[in-house]
Amino acid sequence: MDPDKFIENFAAQFDDTDTSEFTLETRFRDLEEWSSLTGLSVIAMIDEEYDVTVKGDDIRNSSTIKELYEIVNSKL
Amino acid sequence: MYNPFSLVGKTILVTGASSGIGKATAIECSKMGATLIITGRDEKNLKETNDSLEGNNHLMIIADFCIDENIEQIVNSIELPLDGIVHSAGFNKLLPFQFVNKESLSEIFAVNYFAPTLLTQRILKKKKLNKDSSVVFISSISGVLCSSVGASMYSSTKGAINGLVKGMSLDLASKNIRVNCVNPGVVETNIFKDDILTNEQLLEERSRYPLKRFGKPEEIAWAVIYLLSNASKWVTGTNLIIDGGFTLI
Repeated sequence: MDPDKFIENFAAQFDDTDTSEFTLETRFRDLEEWSSLTGLSVIAMIDEEYDVTVKGDDIRNSSTIKELYEIVNSKL
Repeated sequence: MYNPFSLVGKTILVTGASSGIGKATAIECSKMGATLIITGRDEKNLKETNDSLEGNNHLMIIADFCIDENIEQIVNSIELPLDGIVHSAGFNKLLPFQFVNKESLSEIFAVNYFAPTLLTQRILKKKKLNKDSSVVFISSISGVLCSSVGASMYSSTKGAINGLVKGMSLDLASKNIRVNCVNPGVVETNIFKDDILTNEQLLEERSRYPLKRFGKPEEIAWAVIYLLSNASKWVTGTNLIIDGGFTLI
């Protein structure tokens, strides 16, 4: 699974945050635009793009995009 | 003893009786003297409900509402004419609107809207619903008074039920059959068992209720009992909101 593509898919769930702000190290829950809706959108994106089901807790327990990427990667 | 809410002598069909509001409704109705026909998908859980019913002569039918033939099977299994139907089978699938797709919409509408609608229609057509009977849909505040993030599909199904109930109640008034909804706020059931929401999010949601908690399944069942009983003989086409004050603010 391509990490750059994952970052791109992740960033696509945001409207106001500049794409350049997203890297594997981004602490996404600290972003101003982060909300329960973006959280649900990330879950839906992972299901649609990777056919992987992540739980709300997987999101909550990940601080960086890299940690979430690893969870998805482990379930592929 | 004087009791206008009694269900003695009434035969009631409850769908979705293997868990949650349907299970509590079946059990509470049996305590009020009703004879129950219960349906659900999960054999083990449905049997557990069946074992918890008070009294005798209850009937249990394992049925998955996504399969059309099962609707016919339920209708054929009904021998005694019914005095009441409680449509409790249903599920929620949270999906932000941008991700809504036809497959998910079809799935949720099949169970939350098409199955209860067609089941009632078939029962009526086969004349298995008595005059003076009562049909109760477990709707929601969601889709009728409010919605929540990611709930557009669920809200749509409950909004559709809201419209159905109004039209049905007019068409069936000549038979003195009453049709109503109860509209609960969040009730402590396993409807969020897919873990999309975290405990933290559920706790936050709970704190938004003026009565500071979610509902209990029995608290919905007792409203259903009212709508099934002769106490509500002049009530039709209505929404009975039970939400701990949630929609006041």
